[in-house]
Amino acid sequence: MLSQESLAKIDRELTKYPADHRQAAVMSALRIAQDEKGWLSKDTVAFVAEYLGIPPIAALEVASFYNMYELEPVGQYKITVCTNISCMLRDSDVIVDHLQERLGIGFNETTPDGKFTLKEGECMGCCGGAPLFHINNKRMCEFLTKEKVDAILEELK
Amino acid sequence: MAAFDTPVQHRSDKEALVCLRTLGQPDPASLQAYLNVGGYKQLQRLVQDKVKATDVITQVKLSGLRGRGGAGFPTGLKWSFMPRYYDGTKYLVCNTDEGEPGTFKDRDIIRYNPHQLIEGMAIAAYTLGARVGYNYIHGEIWQDYEIFERALDEARAAGFIGENLFNTTFSFDLYAVHGYGAYICGEETALIESIEGKKGQPRFKPPFPASYGVFGKPTNVNNTESYTSIPWILEHGGDAFQALGVPNSGGTKLFSVSGHVERPGNYEVRMGMPFTELLDIAGGVWKGRQLKAVIPGGPSTAVMPAAAIMGATMDYDGLSKAGSSLGAGSMIVMDETTCMVKTLKRLSYFFYEESCGQCTPCREGTGWLYRVVKRIVEGEGRMGDLDLLTDVSSNISGRTICALGDAAATPVLSFIKHFRPEFEYYIQHGKSMVTGKAE
Repeated sequence: MLSQESLAKIDRELTKYPADHRQAAVMSALRIAQDEKGWLSKDTVAFVAEYLGIPPIAALEVASFYNMYELEPVGQYKITVCTNISCMLRDSDVIVDHLQERLGIGFNETTPDGKFTLKEGECMGCCGGAPLFHINNKRMCEFLTKEKVDAILEELK
Repeated sequence: MAAFDTPVQHRSDKEALVCLRTLGQPDPASLQAYLNVGGYKQLQRLVQDKVKATDVITQVKLSGLRGRGGAGFPTGLKWSFMPRYYDGTKYLVCNTDEGEPGTFKDRDIIRYNPHQLIEGMAIAAYTLGARVGYNYIHGEIWQDYEIFERALDEARAAGFIGENLFNTTFSFDLYAVHGYGAYICGEETALIESIEGKKGQPRFKPPFPASYGVFGKPTNVNNTESYTSIPWILEHGGDAFQALGVPNSGGTKLFSVSGHVERPGNYEVRMGMPFTELLDIAGGVWKGRQLKAVIPGGPSTAVMPAAAIMGATMDYDGLSKAGSSLGAGSMIVMDETTCMVKTLKRLSYFFYEESCGQCTPCREGTGWLYRVVKRIVEGEGRMGDLDLLTDVSSNISGRTICALGDAAATPVLSFIKHFRPEFEYYIQHGKSMVTGKAE
């Protein structure tokens, strides 16, 4: 259900916790599973739970509580734009409008070719670089202008 | 990595670097950079000379260091709450879970000077008898989390964390834990739940983490900046750290400056710096505009009109005398073009979205606050709405397990208190007094 590479990563996370607290690794295990699959289906969540030896509901509770897990399919590139106050004051509205126009989609939508999904995020704790977004929960892009957004979209094409 | 990902760093000679003291070196996050400024020498001295825990705590108390995560609780006093004798594993936790809008200082510590945090935690572990530590880093900063993981590998290989350090019986294992998007996990007991692999819902206190923390064991939780100050304090003495600041606010403080300034970023300065000087370091209000308002410590601290903050100093007492508080030092600057009604709407949405849903007054109340501010912004406001907002806020405050409820009420109460005419205008005219437009 998950690749050997992903399982090895989960095993490394398990070494951080006492042997009788395997549930502690569920946050990172779900993150690793999502990195491989793109999103977390019910089956993937259940597999992670079984691997850790915890009830499926315990893993689903975590997957549905934290914002960065995706319980529905998303595009190849998920762009999450912060619109909170520090970004708003530095015109995140302009970045959002530009992205929506360029991609032809609104928040929580995916382009027909399955390439891009757009999400609105809450504060990412990087407000000095506002306005900003991150891609696939991994890569932070800061000090955005329309031109930088165009360059990033071009690179991901 | 492409150029647009590269952070821009602005520095000023008015800064006093304690937590960011490796800045200026070619690779400030490396072990070598930290060794170049005398890194890990304090840990080695304490462990090899078997310095007594009480002596370490005395220095931390003398330093005047107060919790840098926002609560401002004296760190030395907190350390003295940990049980000295305990038959089992004690834990140490670092809170690098920034997510309150405007707060981004701890990110710069882990990406520019992670080893000083590691040494600070190892010193705390030695002092408190903790065997295992976790640094909980919020989910959105993956690249910085990886920098910290690399620093841990370096520290392990060099023998600064792990088994039998410096050939003594002292052992300390330290791990990085990655959050995945929940502001509430900045609350220390929610963070502990999250480390255990659960939803981040705060625990009822007491018992406090010092007696019942991670996996039910005694646990000391401090903020990143607090731990990172420790090696400097032990090198120079608690008195020297206190002397960097002002009475009741010892040391330096990292201020995260965002919003309408020319040079947003983190600036580490002495406590007690006049607000105007800090604003100047950040380049002043952008585009030559006038200052309208400042949130000095993150949205859970009261907004201050320009007139109230211009004469204030940036320390615990200075900001509290001026009508707000220092919080985490997250200074959000707003210029004259800012519509306070629209700004409050965004903040209210944040607290509504981030309420963990455990306590009814917060879960339901934050929804009410957001919906009422939203209808004002959409031109559907009623004259009774301002009283309604005040009433709902007052009924959330003090009626929840954790402080998120109070944090949600603070912006509502302070925005209406200081900018009431703007809210009344919006309700009467269905559009913003500042921009002349409706949403």
